[in-house]
Amino acid sequence: MTGAEPKVTLDLALDAGLTAEEYDRILSRLGREPTYPELGLFSALWSEHCAYKHSRVFLSRLPQSGPHVLQGPGENAGAIDIGDDWAVVFKIESHNHPSFIEPFQGAATGVGGILRDIFTMGARPIAILDSLRFGEIDSAKTRQLVNGVVSGISWYGNCFGCPTVGGEIAFAPEYAGNPLVNVMCVGLVRADQIFRARAEGPGNPVFYVGNKTGRDGIHGATMASATFDEHAEERRPTVQVGDPFTEKLLLEACLEVMRTGAVVGIQDMGAAGLACCTSEMPARSGTGMDVELSRVPQRERAMTPYEILLSESQERMLLVAARGREEEVRRVFARWELDAVEIGRVTERGELTARLNGDVVARVPVDFLADAPRYEKPTREPADLAERRAFDPMTLAEAPDPAAVLVDLLSSPTIASKEWAFRQYDQQVGINTLVLPGSDAAVLRVKGTPRAIAVSTDGNGRQVFLDPRMGAAMAVCEAARNVSCSGGEPRGVTDCMNFGSPERPEILWQFAEAIEGIALACRALELPVVGGNVSFYNETSGQAILPTPIIGVVGVLDDAARRATQWFKGPGHRVALLGPEAVSLGGSEYLWIRHRRLAGALAPLDFDTERRVQRAVRAAVAAGLVAAAHDCSEGGVAVALAESCVTGRDLVGCEATLPAAARADLTLFGEGPSRVLVAVEANHAREFEGLMAESAIPWRWIGTTGGDRLVIRIGSATVVDVDAGRLEHAWRSGFERHMA
Amino acid sequence: MRFGVVVFPGTWSDCDFHYVVSEVLHQPVRYVWHRERDLSELDCVILPGGFSYGDYLRAGAVAGRSPVVEALRDFVGRGGLVLGSCNGFQILCEAGLLPGVLTRNECLQYRCQSTHLVVENADTFFTRGLRVGQVLTMPISHGEGKYHADAETLARLKRDNLIAFRYATAEGKVTKASNPNGSLDNIAGIVNPEGTVLGMMPHPERASETVMGGTDGLLMFQSLLGSLVEDGSFLKR
Repeated sequence: MTGAEPKVTLDLALDAGLTAEEYDRILSRLGREPTYPELGLFSALWSEHCAYKHSRVFLSRLPQSGPHVLQGPGENAGAIDIGDDWAVVFKIESHNHPSFIEPFQGAATGVGGILRDIFTMGARPIAILDSLRFGEIDSAKTRQLVNGVVSGISWYGNCFGCPTVGGEIAFAPEYAGNPLVNVMCVGLVRADQIFRARAEGPGNPVFYVGNKTGRDGIHGATMASATFDEHAEERRPTVQVGDPFTEKLLLEACLEVMRTGAVVGIQDMGAAGLACCTSEMPARSGTGMDVELSRVPQRERAMTPYEILLSESQERMLLVAARGREEEVRRVFARWELDAVEIGRVTERGELTARLNGDVVARVPVDFLADAPRYEKPTREPADLAERRAFDPMTLAEAPDPAAVLVDLLSSPTIASKEWAFRQYDQQVGINTLVLPGSDAAVLRVKGTPRAIAVSTDGNGRQVFLDPRMGAAMAVCEAARNVSCSGGEPRGVTDCMNFGSPERPEILWQFAEAIEGIALACRALELPVVGGNVSFYNETSGQAILPTPIIGVVGVLDDAARRATQWFKGPGHRVALLGPEAVSLGGSEYLWIRHRRLAGALAPLDFDTERRVQRAVRAAVAAGLVAAAHDCSEGGVAVALAESCVTGRDLVGCEATLPAAARADLTLFGEGPSRVLVAVEANHAREFEGLMAESAIPWRWIGTTGGDRLVIRIGSATVVDVDAGRLEHAWRSGFERHMA
Repeated sequence: MRFGVVVFPGTWSDCDFHYVVSEVLHQPVRYVWHRERDLSELDCVILPGGFSYGDYLRAGAVAGRSPVVEALRDFVGRGGLVLGSCNGFQILCEAGLLPGVLTRNECLQYRCQSTHLVVENADTFFTRGLRVGQVLTMPISHGEGKYHADAETLARLKRDNLIAFRYATAEGKVTKASNPNGSLDNIAGIVNPEGTVLGMMPHPERASETVMGGTDGLLMFQSLLGSLVEDGSFLKR
């Protein structure tokens, strides 16, 4: 054992983030005190970030299987069959904590980490989506974070060569101390060529491939499993440093070596690095591993076994090869000028043995290490929630000038154009992107087939805060609805659960309820959750973020040519509103922008209506009847109409009449699920009407496109009459003016 | 026409050019590894976009001194055609095969957007199917695309009609607002005096199929193929 390392005591274990009970558990299973490197292994692998200790009990509620699922949760990413022998591999992951401490590298390595999760499965990454949340934009700190995060994503994704095709950016004060950086990646692979993180075949060689190991990112997993205080920035050394060029080489080398047939299993060294791979891979396969740490390529001198095991240096993989085919592995990595070093073997005994120059420095059962304790901690509804939800927004005075409110909403940074960010991202490399960022969902073709995939992410923290169960269900519905609006049939879900500390019963209640809501919606829409990520402890000095499940949905278009985008294409098209009338100002963008209130009840969500509306939209797009389709979300139908007028290449005006109602603000800006705006060319109107009748959904014609103004009437009263150019200016400049 | 698409470590438009040449143009094409020196069987070598060797030094600086680019000098001397797009343009300048240099965008940010290009020279192998003043639409995607050259070089480029494309409005007017990266004189692409080496920042391979939103990039490839005479050799100017 290394003499310089401290003696392990209960105090040291507590410092490392373990509890006294957990430490006792380790003592009794090992029958001795752990060595310092062993303590490090438990500290990392039993951290919330790696082990999902507080969430696993709840996550088992999610539906995880279905006819198209090729790989559910438990691997680096999930996989769904899309037909023609192709599969998509996808997952969303958070990099919230590092991005607050060091926004550029935090976000960059967030992109790097999720890319590796995808290509370690054998898939070539074809799309990135970023779901970002920040504090209010008028703070200089927020703008610095936005700048850093966007630059980091741009730098890593562009250099690596994967297009960024979607995502969202939203702002609320609750994210000021804990911004969210969730990155989703989608990859494409032959359905029968998916690789898994297995260490099968005792005697098979274990290769370390990729970048060298340094001292960066040690304790990253532990850092991401605690809340912040005012000293957060002192933790900068726990943030990793990315190298997108090496990642690109690693991608090409991995895909090439996989084609040789010499690879048995492979896993990305992400959180908890080598420690995680050398225990999880054998644990999945009922084997063990014996590794020599001195053989690990290192870029710093005198690294200790503890540091080598726990480093989170980026762009590294652990690969198990078939015995006798070592040369093929070495040859491929040599061609790409990357290290590929045999550091050990798969063993029969279910133990991880780590050595330094032959001496054993750690020996622990992998099943024990990979199977952290699970907790079912108490949950409690926040005391003031019922009261907050009982607030009636109709008690507030109605805005005198709805047109001015509409302009304000379009220029609110959450709703306004995010072109400032997206133009910094390559959106087209790979020449697959048929629908660029800016519509409800991105659409990418699958070359060599008539198909395309549609992808969207969504999540509304305010709605989840007010009603975690239905708010989370709405997030699933909205992400799926976005995909349906583009013409895609939703096929699979990945979720990134961003919450405060699960040790607080109120936060864990939010989490449990949100999981329940996601499970309900996924069952209703027949969508399996094939992978995801839980990020707890998003709180600083006791202030938690809004509970924010981000839902990523991937769908399939059987005919890539039959797709829709959200903007109006020209004059003379008839405009219809599909879905229920019921909307609410509770938790709406209107209530926040105009009254700075986060209160009220959400509009009801009826899963059956939701499913039928989505099916009707898809059928209309597939039949070629729809010139534009746009989900109504933040800002209600008025904002949806305005967006359809101004987000396309050409401005297109519109005149619409909505049914008479008690209050114009509710009709215009009220938010509710299952609502979609579509534009139909006049000569398709009859056929469209027939299709809607078959679909048995509530819907109505509300107007016609044309002119250069957006005019909205409620009953016979004109409540909005604005120049489309003014709306466009508000929408285009609302976010960018803060960043210039 | 036999095409080669060069692959440096860090190149990422290689697959896209390969796809367009083989699947859209139906021409023979192969990848050329950055260590290769034998280009003898090729008619046109494409230097694609990406971040060769990571471009951590200066865009194209390392690649400009690589074995394949050394071999390119002979290839060009023998009359071979070279198209460098994005990182390929940067490499050609770094290698001295084209004059000038590409520096950080004036906005100091990466830019991925659609641009309009006005054709300035329709007398090259890559542009002879176009006409002077024609406006093409093609995307850019780069962080270092601001073309710069000294006054003498710029005067020579103008005098010898070596500017192939300039950033312009949709109507073909060369304005400051239509310049996405601050390039000197709105320069988007230049050629060598023989018209056999073209460097440009925009991505013609991303504008070669209707489904991708336009086919103006394909016009360049068709110009190239139109340069072939029946025996497979090139038309000479």
